[in-house]
Amino acid sequence: MDLVLDFERPIAELRHQIDALRDVHAGGHEVDIQASITHLEGELAELQTRIFSRLTPWQRTQLARHTGRPFTLDYIEGLCTEWTELHGDRGGFDDHAIVCGLARFRGQSVVVIGNQKGRKTRENLVRNFGMARPEGYRKALRVMKLANDFGLPILTFVDTPGAYPGVEAEANGQAEAIARNIMEMARLNVPVVTVIAGEGGSGGALAIAVANRVLMLENGVYSVISPEGCAAILWRDRAEAPRAAEALGITARDCLKLGVIDELIEEPIGGAHRHRAATIQRVGDAIASHLNALKDLSPEQIRADREQRFRKLGRFMEGA
Amino acid sequence: MADGRRWFENTKTFTARARPMDSAVAPDLWTLCDKCGTPIFNETLAQNSQVCPSCGHHFPVSGAVRLRMLCDEGSLVFHDADLVSVDALSFVDSKPYGRRVAASRSQVGTNDAFVSASGVIEGIPVEVGSFEFRFMGGSMGSVVGEMITRVFERARARSVPAVVVSASGGARMQEGVLSLMQMAKTCAAVARLKDDAHMPYISVLSHPTTGGVAASFSMLGDVIVAEPGALIGFAGPRVIKETIGQDLPVGFQTSEYLLEHGMIDRVVKRTELRALLAQLLGQLTNAAPRGAGA
Repeated sequence: MDLVLDFERPIAELRHQIDALRDVHAGGHEVDIQASITHLEGELAELQTRIFSRLTPWQRTQLARHTGRPFTLDYIEGLCTEWTELHGDRGGFDDHAIVCGLARFRGQSVVVIGNQKGRKTRENLVRNFGMARPEGYRKALRVMKLANDFGLPILTFVDTPGAYPGVEAEANGQAEAIARNIMEMARLNVPVVTVIAGEGGSGGALAIAVANRVLMLENGVYSVISPEGCAAILWRDRAEAPRAAEALGITARDCLKLGVIDELIEEPIGGAHRHRAATIQRVGDAIASHLNALKDLSPEQIRADREQRFRKLGRFMEGA
Repeated sequence: MADGRRWFENTKTFTARARPMDSAVAPDLWTLCDKCGTPIFNETLAQNSQVCPSCGHHFPVSGAVRLRMLCDEGSLVFHDADLVSVDALSFVDSKPYGRRVAASRSQVGTNDAFVSASGVIEGIPVEVGSFEFRFMGGSMGSVVGEMITRVFERARARSVPAVVVSASGGARMQEGVLSLMQMAKTCAAVARLKDDAHMPYISVLSHPTTGGVAASFSMLGDVIVAEPGALIGFAGPRVIKETIGQDLPVGFQTSEYLLEHGMIDRVVKRTELRALLAQLLGQLTNAAPRGAGA
């Protein structure tokens, strides 16, 4: 939470100054300190707006990865009641990098699925830094089918660097698990709303993101490959990641322009990681409005709506 | 590795090297096998489905050649060859994406990394497609995704089976997240073929099938077969090695490894692929075997 990113430093310094002045003021000495504080606060607001209105894709990538951002369980806690986590893929595993369960969202019974990262090292080891194994995707699929069987809408929260690249993950069919989820999600007859909350890392993200509506937080990123991975291949140097981030078009604005997402959810000035509660509320309101817009569609229409959404994605010329 | 093997269990592998004699001499006539170094007459290689007669190494084949190998003579009607990619991101790495595509187009002779057609396999009408690996590593961007989607859509509309041969490094980075979306687009079309037309889709994996292509339609065949020794997996071996910080198991991510782990149905030599496909398609659609009379 306290990690201050490079470009946030001027903001942190100014805030520090203001805090120091407040301490002096609390001591009850000079009279016109309050005026200075007010002045500096104005400056702070301006500085924040200036910095956050022109973040580079690489800076947004860093924000998307910030451990202060709300994670899936934070959204669930902030937006849902009666959270009942469900475990296991029924094939011998329970992957903690993905959480699934039943809950009530504004009174409506829903299924919630999301990648889960940890904030501390120990938690991160349990959560595998949010990188799911095949069993995680299979658990998610099982719970999605449960939702389908009982006509419950599905909410998914995407926040993963990607699917876990490990020996066992490959042996157990990482590619198949992702592919299966993508296809089965396309088939669902219940509304699915996805929020790209932080990192949308490639196939590992898409495996829970084939939704009727895909929403994305302003400082989330959604990409076919990590900027580092892309830089390593195309520039043969991971340090070129900022350039790759620029080139890949991974920001919410890019995704909106390409039709990959349906709504960009603005974060409070200063970022979701500094304003968790407010961010969670905004996300909740956005989800509610999209769920509401889908509620009158028949099961077959729900599926067709989702198919058409993805069918038109891509850019090419024909007849050349 | 000191793994407790007894001396007589140690196997030494000898690799024949290409003789310093020169592939430059009459390259039109013969080719050196990449694996065993044996010179093979090109005519022999072509007759043997681009498989080395001495070691069984499977050479890469172009998309159109692949479809001709699989389908009855004269049955192919090609589709969507006029689809051309658009540089939606104005992507530039060491060269602009547009120039990369142009270079591949003139070198390979196709507009993108996929070839598709309506065809007939041993009398059974099918929709077929194959990757063109030489075109930017067979990477899947908007054009490839669209062409594959249309293979499944045509199969559904005509109520015939689909066969897709994969050879791809994965999603095309230069089209960013749009390439990722092709995974969803193609998989949704596979689902419709099954649900609406109840027609089978056979996926053939050849070397290599990785990344976003492995993690979408290519792992969704009703039956999945792979050529021997193909590299198949989600993450690349180098990435996995870096992540876990150890050497990878011998034979990791090969066709045979996947077969052993229950991820594919069969490993099949290219020379036997067509016959296997015909048999499978006949069985799955309950079509009478050819020449079985009425």
